[in-house]
Amino acid sequence: MTSVVEAPAAVEAAAAPVRVRGPRRWYRAVSPIALVVGWELAARFGVLPPDKLPAPSEVLGTGWRLAADGTLTVHLLDSLTRAATGLAIGGTLAAALLRIGDNTIDPPVQMARMLPHLGLIPLLIIWVGIGEPLKITLVALGSFFPLYFNTYAGIRDIDQRLIEAAKTCGLGQWQRLRHVVLPGALPSLFVGLRLAIGAAWLSLVVGEQVNAQSGIGFLMMEAREFSQTDIVVFGLLVYATLGLLSDVLIRIAERKTLAWRRGLQAA
Amino acid sequence: MNECTERSEGREGREGREGMPKVGQGVSVRVRGLRRIFGSTVVLDGADLTVGRGEVVALLGGSGSGKSTLLRALAGLDAEATGDIVVPDHYAVVCQEHRLLPWKRVIDNVKLGLTGADAPRRAVEALTEVGLGDRGRAWPVELSGGQAQRVAVARALVREPELLLPDEPFGALDALTRLRMQQLFGRLRERHGFAALLVTHDVDEALLLADRALVLEDGCIADEIAIPLTHPRDQDDPGFGPLRRRLLVRLGVPTGR
Repeated sequence: MTSVVEAPAAVEAAAAPVRVRGPRRWYRAVSPIALVVGWELAARFGVLPPDKLPAPSEVLGTGWRLAADGTLTVHLLDSLTRAATGLAIGGTLAAALLRIGDNTIDPPVQMARMLPHLGLIPLLIIWVGIGEPLKITLVALGSFFPLYFNTYAGIRDIDQRLIEAAKTCGLGQWQRLRHVVLPGALPSLFVGLRLAIGAAWLSLVVGEQVNAQSGIGFLMMEAREFSQTDIVVFGLLVYATLGLLSDVLIRIAERKTLAWRRGLQAA
Repeated sequence: MNECTERSEGREGREGREGMPKVGQGVSVRVRGLRRIFGSTVVLDGADLTVGRGEVVALLGGSGSGKSTLLRALAGLDAEATGDIVVPDHYAVVCQEHRLLPWKRVIDNVKLGLTGADAPRRAVEALTEVGLGDRGRAWPVELSGGQAQRVAVARALVREPELLLPDEPFGALDALTRLRMQQLFGRLRERHGFAALLVTHDVDEALLLADRALVLEDGCIADEIAIPLTHPRDQDDPGFGPLRRRLLVRLGVPTGR
């Protein structure tokens, strides 16, 4: 595989800020840790009633129990499947509409952008019912808009002179799409993807609270009915972790594919 | 040289390269009645010019005189220019800015659009020719302005063009780098024998590199000056002074001598 090595010219410039940033990063962990410790202490000494907010240790214990008996895996897989299916549909739709061209497609999409897609839930329930299609449609809608708008902007921002250069090098339309348009729009596409995944999780949180039989949202709603606050809080923790993980994954993908921006050399 | 007086209406609208007669022996570029209008501004008003096979012709003119517009029409980048344009099948453009794709390594930029099994070898050869054989794996952002411009020249050369269309190719470089690039251009021309229509506003550059200079004015070729100096040329050559003065006067900058 490729190992990332900094270019000789970039080494000096890059090394200096890293040395300064090192200790500072450590400070940034202080306040979150203090917050969790304070929360734990407040719960232990009865300042926080356990039915309102249980101690973090108790939440983690519950999480461990759910993971051990397999409950977590079942619901997590269902949630992930919905997110992936919805994202795939939203992404395909965005790619298809971008491919068709902007003059007929773009104006209505621009208008629809102002509509909060979660506000469509009553209409969607009438159209597709309250079953699985509702959740997937919500995720697809939520992820479609950021993907469409950012990729669209990315394509429009491509330097026309580069397209001309590709033309004079004898590249046809499809080759220009592959060698110029797609790589040129890739940074914006990544921004869109990051926002789309955020929107997908948000849609899932809402969608899974409508008549779901499985999923993290269902787990939380069911726990609420039995006042199992620890499970509710653990569900939130799962959502947060999912969001964080997907963000980290995209960042890694960005680093790999956009190495040219920082002038890194892959050996 | 033809002036704009001989303009036939019938020529307009017959643009496009398909169905054009092949360039005859000894002639690389033939342009007749080239017109280009931006809104109500007539930029090219029936310009005529020819470039011989292997001949380097400098196209001079003031800012906004339509030099680049003419070149773009020749490069097939301007669909709205009308007139008869005949250029060889193999031509390449070099612009003032390098126009390398930032997301492709130097070698892949040179290789762009090349087909065939020997494409990688040819790309390396072209890079070596401009003195950058060891920079193939670099990203364009890692290059200096002069290096990037040399890569752009390599990208043009690797296509083995019969005609080179450089649009102020060294205009954005510092004076020293520009001199080196002009020398490189001279060497490459000697080796490859391409014809070139060199757009420039630099009279000295025209005198160093070209066999003939054309002055573009009011949308047509207003003057033609042969540059009968032997290669390699030097700005200290005695023949330089009179030609420089003549060109500068023609371009509206009298030297006061």
